Amino acid sequence: MTLLIGASTIGLILALLALGVYLSFRIFNFPDITADGSITLGAAVTATLLVRHVQPELATLAGFAAGVLAGTTTGVLHTKFKINGLLSGILVMTALYSVNLHVMGKSNVPLLNESTMASQAESLGLKWFHSAADLDVFGWTVGMRDAATLLGMLVLVSVLGLLLYLFFRTNLGTAMRATGDNPQMIRALGVSVDFIIILGLALSNGLIALSGSLLAQYQGFADVQMGIGMVVWGLASVIIGEALVGSARIGLLITGAVMGSVLFRLLVAIALRWGLNPNDLKLITAAFVFVSLVAPALLRKFKPAANPKPAAV
Amino acid sequence: MLEITSITKTFNPGTPNEVRALRDVSLRLERGSFLLIIGTNGSGKSTLLNAVAGTFIADAGRLLLAGQNITRWPEHRRAKLIGRVFQNPFSGTAPNMSIAENLAMAARRGRSRGFGWALNRKLREGLRDRIRTLNMGLENRLDNAIGSLSGGQRQALTLLMASWLKPELLLLDEHTAALDPKSADQVIRLTHEIIQRDKLTTLMVTHSMQQAVHLGDRIVMMHRGQVLHDLQGPERARVRPEDLLKRFDDVRRREQLDATVAEMLQRNYI
Repeated sequence: MTLLIGASTIGLILALLALGVYLSFRIFNFPDITADGSITLGAAVTATLLVRHVQPELATLAGFAAGVLAGTTTGVLHTKFKINGLLSGILVMTALYSVNLHVMGKSNVPLLNESTMASQAESLGLKWFHSAADLDVFGWTVGMRDAATLLGMLVLVSVLGLLLYLFFRTNLGTAMRATGDNPQMIRALGVSVDFIIILGLALSNGLIALSGSLLAQYQGFADVQMGIGMVVWGLASVIIGEALVGSARIGLLITGAVMGSVLFRLLVAIALRWGLNPNDLKLITAAFVFVSLVAPALLRKFKPAANPKPAAV
Repeated sequence: MLEITSITKTFNPGTPNEVRALRDVSLRLERGSFLLIIGTNGSGKSTLLNAVAGTFIADAGRLLLAGQNITRWPEHRRAKLIGRVFQNPFSGTAPNMSIAENLAMAARRGRSRGFGWALNRKLREGLRDRIRTLNMGLENRLDNAIGSLSGGQRQALTLLMASWLKPELLLLDEHTAALDPKSADQVIRLTHEIIQRDKLTTLMVTHSMQQAVHLGDRIVMMHRGQVLHDLQGPERARVRPEDLLKRFDDVRRREQLDATVAEMLQRNYI
């Protein structure tokens, strides 16, 4: 049970990463690798501030803001300096590695007794349920900290997902979707495509950094290596989500990305429990994304053979 | 009113691929007039339209539209004054978004876009009424993705979108060239109706001599990045498709001769 709750909580935290990746990869068709750096940046900024006894809410918000800044940088490199999108992301991600080391001052910042969003959720839970450190859920004993964090994340992710959905239905959000769908068209309707791309990448990396910030507070440390391969994890979640909802409606895709992230973490937790070598995790994730990218095209290729077209009359 | 003064554009200057696409082109378009541009391939007619739309900034010259100097305005800023329909029916609409969303975006062409809802009941009703006038049955498919429509339907919607907020200038770039004859007819009829009704100042590029003769009140023929003929008034009223074709033949014949030979022949025989 603890395993499932832990995996679900991490899944919900990384759902914010999935939403950020969804925004850049799917809305803009922009392969934004900055994510690997910005998720660590969010963790680094928040952890450093927490160690200095800054309020957890403020520290988390600062992590988000740092991600917004990173995304803006990638956007400016791409739009104003005409650098290839993939390369812009790689440049910022590489630079962020040093930035993260400078922010933390060392390669790892532990959060042992600091007040974090997780400990705040726990104390809130204790206040509400007037009970001891453990909860009884359908006969299972669950630590209050775990239960409260899971619940808190569920609320936070739901609210942010809803906000994102509502944003996509505003004039600005519609213009953002159109920018990814047909930049020529939206430019002819008076929208600065450059501005929208910068804004979108800022929002995307803000979400990703927020994910990193919360992850650091949940797992109790920030590490300079924690971002490696995160883009692919986020993408895997988005792909699972798309398969789950099987629809192109934006609201369902957002829900799907969240569900995909949770399902993905659960699968990972179960696979590890069964004895999967953790070292193989990234290889398997990459292989999974590769297969999901290639499979639809392969299926299309084989389909006509299965249903031969009726002969021309 | 549109005033194009001595617009020049050279692509890939200083390289073997150098193309002098526009050479000192000047045109004055009165408010409410409908100008058709014809010309051979590579004559610069689409380039001229793109220069006005702001797809690129001209090397030299000046553009005035509705009393404003737009010469150095970026494309998206010019969109406040200009509505456009492209040759490719896929260019003017966002395929994965619904008909209603596409039109809602056009209803804010050149205006600020904030956190207001893109679609509301009133706007939807307005959209439905306007789409009904197309007679394509699309009014019941407002929430369908535009990508599921035919090229003709998409081009009709693009036209509706471009003219939604009566633009100071409407640019039509061979907007029926990629359509089947029946859809092309339909879109041309719609073009005529909208321009007549709203008295839009229009610049239209076409390959079709029929369209050139039957639409608009002025014909400009371009060749090698310059205006070769400018037919207006009584001369425009008399012109038939055959006359235009003959002018094309003249151009082609002259093209086949070396420049010096052409000069000699002209001296001896004309």
